[in-house]
Amino acid sequence: MIQAILVFNNHGKPRLVRFYQRFVKEIQQQIVRETFHLVLKRDDNICNFLEGGSLIGGSDYKLIYRHYATLYFVFCVDSSESELGILDLIQVFVETLDKCFENVCELDLIFHMDKVHYILQEVVMGGMVLETNMNEIVAQIEAQNRLEKSEGGLSAAPARAVSAVKNINLPEIPRNINIGDLNIKVPNLSQFV
Amino acid sequence: MALKMVKGSIDRMFDKNLQDLVRGIRNHKEDEAKYISQCIDEIKQELKQDNIAVKANAVCKLTYLQMLGYDISWAAFNIIEVMSASKFTFKRIGYLAASQSFHEGTDVIMLTTNQIRKDLSSPSQYDTGVALTGLSCFVTPDLARDLANDIMTLMSHTKPYIRKKAVLIMYKVFLKYPESLRPAFPRLKEKLEDPDPGVQSAAVNVICELARRNPKNYLSLAPLFFKLMTSSTNNWVLIKIIKLFGALTPLEPRLGKKLIEPLTNLIHSTSAMSLLYECVNTVIAVLISLSSGMPNHSASIQLCVQKLRILIEDSDQNLKYLGLLAMSKILKTHPKSVQSHKDLILQCLDDKDESIRLRALDLLYGMVSKKNLMEIVKKLMTHVDKAEGTTYRDELLTKIIDICSQSNYQYITNFEWYISILVELTRLEGTRHGHLIAAQMLDVAIRVKAIRKFAVSQMSALLDSAHLLASSTQRNGICEVLYAAAWICGEFSEHLQEPHHTLEAMLRPRVTTLPGHIQAVYVQNVVKLYASILQQKEQAGEAEGAQAVTQLMVDRLPQFVQSADLEVQERASCILQLVKHIQKLQAKDVPVAEEVSALFAGELNPVAPKAQKKVPVPEGLDLDAWINEPLSDSESEDERPRAVFHEEEQRRPKHRPSEADEEELARRREARKQEQANNPFYIKSSPSPQKRYQDTPGVEHIPVVQIDLSVPLKVPGLPMSDQYVKLEEERRHRQKLEKDKRRKKRKEKEKKGKRRHSSLPTESDEDIAPAQQVDIVTEEMPENALPSDEDDKDPNDPYRALDIDLDKPLADSEKLPIQKHRNTETSKSPEKDVPMVEKKSKKPKKKEKKHKEKERDKEKKKEKEKKAEDLDFWLSTTPPPAPAPAPAPVPSTGELSVNTVTTPKDECEDAKTEAQGEEDDAEGQDQDKKSPKPKKKKHRKEKEERTKGKKKSKKQPPGSEEAAGEPVQNGAPEEEQLPPESSYSLLAENSYVKMTCDIRGSLQEDSQVTVAIVLENRSSSILKGMELSVLDSLNARMARPQGSSVHDGVPVPFQLPPGVSNEAQYVFTIQSIVMAQKLKGTLSFIAKNDEGATHEKLDFRLHFSCSSYLITTPCYSDAFAKLLESGDLSMSSIKVDGIRMSFQNLLAKICFHHHFSVVERVDSCASMYSRSIQGHHVCLLVKKGENSVSVDGKCSDSTLLSNLLEEMKATLAKC
Repeated sequence: MIQAILVFNNHGKPRLVRFYQRFVKEIQQQIVRETFHLVLKRDDNICNFLEGGSLIGGSDYKLIYRHYATLYFVFCVDSSESELGILDLIQVFVETLDKCFENVCELDLIFHMDKVHYILQEVVMGGMVLETNMNEIVAQIEAQNRLEKSEGGLSAAPARAVSAVKNINLPEIPRNINIGDLNIKVPNLSQFV
Repeated sequence: MALKMVKGSIDRMFDKNLQDLVRGIRNHKEDEAKYISQCIDEIKQELKQDNIAVKANAVCKLTYLQMLGYDISWAAFNIIEVMSASKFTFKRIGYLAASQSFHEGTDVIMLTTNQIRKDLSSPSQYDTGVALTGLSCFVTPDLARDLANDIMTLMSHTKPYIRKKAVLIMYKVFLKYPESLRPAFPRLKEKLEDPDPGVQSAAVNVICELARRNPKNYLSLAPLFFKLMTSSTNNWVLIKIIKLFGALTPLEPRLGKKLIEPLTNLIHSTSAMSLLYECVNTVIAVLISLSSGMPNHSASIQLCVQKLRILIEDSDQNLKYLGLLAMSKILKTHPKSVQSHKDLILQCLDDKDESIRLRALDLLYGMVSKKNLMEIVKKLMTHVDKAEGTTYRDELLTKIIDICSQSNYQYITNFEWYISILVELTRLEGTRHGHLIAAQMLDVAIRVKAIRKFAVSQMSALLDSAHLLASSTQRNGICEVLYAAAWICGEFSEHLQEPHHTLEAMLRPRVTTLPGHIQAVYVQNVVKLYASILQQKEQAGEAEGAQAVTQLMVDRLPQFVQSADLEVQERASCILQLVKHIQKLQAKDVPVAEEVSALFAGELNPVAPKAQKKVPVPEGLDLDAWINEPLSDSESEDERPRAVFHEEEQRRPKHRPSEADEEELARRREARKQEQANNPFYIKSSPSPQKRYQDTPGVEHIPVVQIDLSVPLKVPGLPMSDQYVKLEEERRHRQKLEKDKRRKKRKEKEKKGKRRHSSLPTESDEDIAPAQQVDIVTEEMPENALPSDEDDKDPNDPYRALDIDLDKPLADSEKLPIQKHRNTETSKSPEKDVPMVEKKSKKPKKKEKKHKEKERDKEKKKEKEKKAEDLDFWLSTTPPPAPAPAPAPVPSTGELSVNTVTTPKDECEDAKTEAQGEEDDAEGQDQDKKSPKPKKKKHRKEKEERTKGKKKSKKQPPGSEEAAGEPVQNGAPEEEQLPPESSYSLLAENSYVKMTCDIRGSLQEDSQVTVAIVLENRSSSILKGMELSVLDSLNARMARPQGSSVHDGVPVPFQLPPGVSNEAQYVFTIQSIVMAQKLKGTLSFIAKNDEGATHEKLDFRLHFSCSSYLITTPCYSDAFAKLLESGDLSMSSIKVDGIRMSFQNLLAKICFHHHFSVVERVDSCASMYSRSIQGHHVCLLVKKGENSVSVDGKCSDSTLLSNLLEEMKATLAKC
């Protein structure tokens, strides 16, 4: 089970906070702060796992995170999840964001928190991994966007935040899981039988 | 009204949307809080408006503010309003806000039940999806109970998108409403073999979560999972399954044996690191479970260790970390194989990454032996000095203590060394673990008698040294050791070299800055010290000296009497009075030492933490029995205010004292417990020093062993533990030399005898004799202690409720509560009735359960035997079953993954029969109960059909002809009874593509129908650029994107790789719905393969039947009767002959194909109702004769009715 998904920037400003377990809002903020301080201390070239902060769960829980340009994506998971699998899931999530926002940057997340949530909802549901196939995720999101458009949308919202901040610049991260996606470039991972 | 609308939309223009809010917050960095509170006021205004768009916008902004930490619980009701909006855009916002802010304590959550149910059954898959997603975050036990059946139905939805969400959410439902697990489990199990990989993965996910908590209930699924493991190529699924096996193997070692081979193969073959890692993990779990037997074990261990070494040596820090993690698991059972990699692990201690260092520490824990303990701890101590950051240092500290104290100090050969280490650790600043060090000091001093003298000397030095007292408030953690030091010095004061000096140290004014509980211990132990000094002085005949000590006490104790801490104050004032009394006696030259030391006579023995709990209840003592006659209920439940009214007082003044009623007793008991908990003199299970003075003799027989004096007892100042390392080395060297000498002598004697292996020069652990023959006093346990450890389980564990036997057949009482609108006997509208029905149906359930329990127990046994046999059979077949035949001859090859794999028929059948075979026996036994068999068969059929090309089936499932006579409740007949038909009908097909479609009306939008078209690529080319053009008629128009003309095609929003199918939805507006009609259309697309691309076309005809304009709407019989009486309906009827199908299925067919719901059913006669998208009421009376069916219909439009009946005739004729 995934306990929480947090996205914040290099200064600890939350960009997405999604808890799958109930915490009162003060504790939520405290968890975000504490997680930020835990993660901030870490260099980029050390491992992406952190054994639980004091607030979420006990020894059974781990923080698994990735750092992209200005943003940290942190998943708090228990021992039923594969660590490397979650790392890949984060990559899938970010690549999906990249597709849906076309070269995603922090501003997209700032101004379209709701959309980011909708995208996340297609990846993780109630703390469990729902879909890992990026094409499927994108297809569902686009279908829902069309549905929204056909209803006239919420309002004539500005289409996209003008990108003044640098793009996240998705790095090519070697995959640990061969997800079998169509478009993700997986460096020659052969399938096993 | 119109004006209001206009006004609303004008206001709307000035509203902030989410983006404006964010921008505003960013522009008000200085006074953010003020700006936001202003925004919240605006939002409150917006929420008061009627316009749902304004509300939704406001709720959207609230969701953002919630993330920033603002309270939005006050808007819960508005969120529900937005959730119930008809437009998807708004609904989605509402559900998002709800999922972020609702929880079990949200009181309005109960208002959502009906809304969620409506959304779950919505024709739009995205409404359903959004509701499922939202519900997964805020499901409560009530919601779970009320909606479990609806969600279970969705598990068989036609869309994989819904199926996978429904499957996943079931886990949450199980958690909140454990009763649903058994009824839902068969279907969940079916989903393990769902054709859609996403659904399959979701089912695996849910079962793995369930099995992780209660593995034994899922052992019977092992064969199925084994098959999945050998056939699946989805790594996500494989990882989950392999993890699951890791949880199952400890329960069934034979399973482990079976697993080793395929897992080893996977380890060798896979290139995916995550999979490799999980395989290694599970192999380790298997090896742990197979602690004996199996000769080729070592090969597997070697393989694992070898692979892990590769991971640890990898440059990727993540792999290094995981490698160490897995290594620590091997360590537990096969320490030898890990110890050979000590170099690698010590190297990791120097890693720049803290997580990796911590993992390496964990490993060290298991690698110590008597031989290397000192060396490893020395290395760790240097790390303690170097460490930056308190967390890592604290971790090091706890690890050092763990390592040394593990398994009852097994590896410590020299306790003086250990005490010195502990004393050195006290120099750490700002550690949180002072109490840990203190506990160790106490433990060692109490349990290792030989060390007491040394310990006391070290502790008195600690008490004397100032560094612990200095600024003790800031470094509060470490001063805890003073607690231990004071206690040890007091308790074992006979060993003190200079007791007077220590006494003075303990009475310094600085001591009063320590925390209260430490001061209290100081006060108490000062007296012990005092007593022993008195004794010494009196024995030596130094009356003056004795009086001086007393004077010192009288002078210094008042500083504690003034303490703010109650405990300190109380003890100090007691003792002060005592000492003053002694002073008086001393003045009269009365010898007092004997009496004072009698206060602390007796020796302390360590007591096991659980000893108290384990005192057995003596025979004949019933703790639950009443000592006195229980008071009568009427008295104890007397809840009248007990104000002291005179009358009452007079009425029964004599009863008062004895009238401690039950509540009162309970309260007192509670209070007493509280008091005991807070009272330090009660023995608690904490490891803190337990004061229990034993007067019993029998301590004497514990042998106190002489200390080997080759080790100097006193190390000047604070000892450096390093010295001990050197000493130890020397000592060992000496020992070795001696041994060698002895050996040589022996050898010389035996020279002519045979050679002995034991003379090999390697030094094993056993050869190292401890420096002190330390007697570790074992903890005391009461006589006849009960060996059970059951009290360790946490009764509040939410997963405990899910510990349910899943192999028992379902009992009737266990069915999920289906929302019942009414009883057939009473014809009332639902509102008042629903709760009543629920209550009624609930109570008897419980009784029934009790009745059946006995029966069930018997069955259970049988079942278990059966189950065991099946599993045995599977486990005993030595060769693993051949992996399932290679996946379907999908038209294309290559590494492309396939969205919807169409399983070939025979393979599917094979799989089914295999699975069924295992259960046949069990099922055969209780055919008369509700066996899941018919369902299964149906399901199998469904699968066949799908593979046959989704043609409508004309066959009827066997075995569902029960319950023909029973009246049926409102709504469609039970979901399980539905004939296995797909609502999708073939539209057109050619060699490239197959089109099937389903037409659904939507109530929310008048006169609109949604056409869902499934496109399946049957060729080996990629289909792209698909466009759908439909020729509009006067009556029906296709909704096109804005700005496109009638003649333009509408693009299909996806491409189709070979073998993949996907669904597109289009909306049509219909003017008149009374007639069926057909629209011509063309699908054009580009088929691209290696040879090139071709442009292709496929013509089709969309058939809008009248039935497709109908929407299943429930109707209550009283409303139905009124409708019929109203008289403004025209009537028509048909009759069809030659029908052999059961009435039940017939109704189901009508419900399914023509979107009717059953209002009431009596014997072979039923009334049905439906409504068109334009609001026409259609009522039917269906009667079944011998071989015929007659349908009488009434409808507000006669043309619609006659057309409908014609369509129905066609359907019935096929029966």
